[in-house]
Amino acid sequence: MSYTLGTHDIAAGFVDPPHESQRVFRGVLDAFSHPGRIVTVDDAPAPPGGLCCATAAFLLTLIDRDTPLWLAPEFDTPEVCDFVRFHTGAPIVGGRAEATFAVQAHDQPLLFDSFNIGTDTYPDRSATLVIEVPVLGAGPVRTWRGPGIDGQASVAVAGLDHTFWLDWAANHSLFPCGVDVVFAAGSQLLALPRAIAVEA
Amino acid sequence: MYVAVKGGETAIAHSLDLLADKRRGDRGVAEVSLDQIDQQLGLAVDRVMTEGSCYDRALAALAIKQARGDLVEAIFLLRAYRTTLPRFGDTEPLDTSRMVAERRISSTFKDVPGGQVLGPTYDYTHRLLDFSLAAAAERPEAQTAPADTATSLPRVGDILEREGMLESAPAATADEAQDLTRQPLVFPAARPVRLQNLARGDEGFLLALGYSTQRGYGNNHPFVGEIRFGSVPVSFVPEELGFAIEIAEIDLTECDMVNQFAGSHDVPPQFTRGYGLAFGHAERKAMAMALVDRALRAEELSEAATSPAQDEEFVLAHSDNVEASGFVQHLKLPHYVDFQSELVVVRALRAEVEARNQEAALSRAAE
Amino acid sequence: MPDTAIQDGAYNYAYLDEQTKRMIRRAILKAVAVPGYQVPFGGREMPLPYGWGTGGIQVTAAIIGRDDTLKVIDQGADDTTNAVSIRRFFARVADVATTTRTGDATVIQTRHRVPETPLKEGQILVFQVPIPEPLRMLEPRETETRTLHALSEYGVMQVSLYESIARHGRIAKTYNYPVLVNGRYIMSPSPIPKFDNPKLDRSPALQLYGAGREKRIYAVPPYTPVKSLDFDDHPFEIETWSESCALCGSKESFLDEMIVDDTGKRLFLCSDTDWCQERQGEREGAPPEVPAK
Repeated sequence: MSYTLGTHDIAAGFVDPPHESQRVFRGVLDAFSHPGRIVTVDDAPAPPGGLCCATAAFLLTLIDRDTPLWLAPEFDTPEVCDFVRFHTGAPIVGGRAEATFAVQAHDQPLLFDSFNIGTDTYPDRSATLVIEVPVLGAGPVRTWRGPGIDGQASVAVAGLDHTFWLDWAANHSLFPCGVDVVFAAGSQLLALPRAIAVEA
Repeated sequence: MYVAVKGGETAIAHSLDLLADKRRGDRGVAEVSLDQIDQQLGLAVDRVMTEGSCYDRALAALAIKQARGDLVEAIFLLRAYRTTLPRFGDTEPLDTSRMVAERRISSTFKDVPGGQVLGPTYDYTHRLLDFSLAAAAERPEAQTAPADTATSLPRVGDILEREGMLESAPAATADEAQDLTRQPLVFPAARPVRLQNLARGDEGFLLALGYSTQRGYGNNHPFVGEIRFGSVPVSFVPEELGFAIEIAEIDLTECDMVNQFAGSHDVPPQFTRGYGLAFGHAERKAMAMALVDRALRAEELSEAATSPAQDEEFVLAHSDNVEASGFVQHLKLPHYVDFQSELVVVRALRAEVEARNQEAALSRAAE
Repeated sequence: MPDTAIQDGAYNYAYLDEQTKRMIRRAILKAVAVPGYQVPFGGREMPLPYGWGTGGIQVTAAIIGRDDTLKVIDQGADDTTNAVSIRRFFARVADVATTTRTGDATVIQTRHRVPETPLKEGQILVFQVPIPEPLRMLEPRETETRTLHALSEYGVMQVSLYESIARHGRIAKTYNYPVLVNGRYIMSPSPIPKFDNPKLDRSPALQLYGAGREKRIYAVPPYTPVKSLDFDDHPFEIETWSESCALCGSKESFLDEMIVDDTGKRLFLCSDTDWCQERQGEREGAPPEVPAK
């Protein structure tokens, strides 16, 4: 099913929101609880232009009127904006500092710059970044350690350069402040919470 | 063999049946109707609406009936229902100067524009039990002047404010109001959040705190600038219309308390405000709220905050009777695991002390 | 609570509206991302009173789905009245299968105990929490305790434990025994007996903690170090019993003590009813031990 608003159709959201969003959330929770674990989102709707299925499902599950969203320029299209506004009501903001959630592409520099990292007393007031990558489970393997990982995990995320991991080390060093990251590719996602140390 | 609390499901079902039976009471006595509760126990309905944060007389009356007149339980019932309701948006701020007042008094001036309107009040009743009420009877209707809906009733505080004697009311901000029923209370709390908390707060708790300020625990020299009770229109801007329409009228009690303020090096002496607002007719609540509101402004007004009523965390964290009632009464739930842990350690500690005492006695005997 | 109100479809799946669930889900993700840190959330009034587990119920309602199997325990038992009441609530509003078997459950909501049966990866343990702030009884002000957590300034807790040693010769705290999560945040494990604390350490299951009245959610991800606070010369230790369970003979589980007659005769039974029943099943044929004291 699609809805028409303006000159193009709006991509469909969940058909049965309570149950689909519950299953997607449990997948996301599994990903956050086991950093590096690849979770497949079965309930992903067909995404609007540019977004992958996992990102669309993540947004439908977690954002709403109370969570400003920042879209990187490549995702800031009428199709994506209408999809977000129609299904979630989330305000789309122009500044990174205002955002609770953000969607970005892997090949841009300074992915963490200017986002909220929370405060020492309220580290939860930080942004969660969805970063779309070409593929999960392929590419350079790195060693991850931290809460949710039994000892260490070998994790491969394609499309990230060395600078990204240096930036990540800087973000991790801010703990308990810092941003949390979700990598998305196709209908799969995996999480990289701020507590995780990654060997660069 | 003794086995702890088996058959919980059946026990709960029977308990619910017994409760329903108790609620109905003697079947020979007519069942109370919601209309009767609304009309004849209206002040109870007002309190349940105020502390239940939900203006609906029928629902409040139902809650009172279901709770068998236990108002704190009724408030809880109404809150638990309210929390499931969808939200369409925020109304425009209420303008109480547009109130059609049934009662309006000021204790700071002998007369005020618009006049002192005594209205229905217990203030000058003699508290003698009226045995004529024990039986149903025809009651004469009171004579009333036609309500004057055309003119607005200026607030006494506004008149003082124009003279510079009273601080200005805070300017309305365009920011969306924080909603305490949807966002957690965070300290330090801004005054709008404090007022929201106090409006939902337990009347008895606020009354005691307000009273304590009068007895020297954070005295702020209050005068009743004005109390008014009456109906106020409620406006709402539907997004598709883009302009405000009146959707309802609600009864409110408002209290503007005027308090002394010594002034400081830079600020000349001026009166300050404490504010109280409640649904329906609830003067005790509105006044107590105003006293506590003013007490909580101690820091803002550079006063020493040394008393309980001036302590924001103490007041706001303990004002809610649904929270308080739940946590006090949860002590009825089984705690036998924790108690077992305590038994184990207290026995061990006692044994150690006894062993030490015995040892000491033996060594004394040996000497 | 009239059953009809819930059965007639007037409420959303799992009682909470979707917007409330999203808010709670976001708080849960933050809690998992910052282990042991208390995330404030817009707790709702629930149809059960504060103190009855409204925090745990909200967390469970935000995560549970039709594929789940739910177990609810209070004091370790599935059949205590409050556990029965909460299990019945979810069976009705979330159309979810329930179980008393620890091993069969995907979500376990608990008050005051951690099951004896070791938890597995994929299971979620939801704790009901009355006072989430471990420093609260030492410092009643939220603004102060928040600063202490921000600075990792936990001296006040060490002093309190040390005073207990000075007075009693040991740390006399028996339940709600404070822990350090992943070396960073001191956390209240909820009022479980300290007997259960070692089960929290590097558990394969996800631990979620919900405090409804205080409007806080916190979490311990799987495999995360959870250390019970102690001193080198006074290491942490758990309760032990010289008795064993009158029903299953267990010597290693947490035992409840019951007074069985007015001369004060005692009987000891497993607090974890599922654990006890499974052991009784294994021992079938063996004569029950005679309770005596």
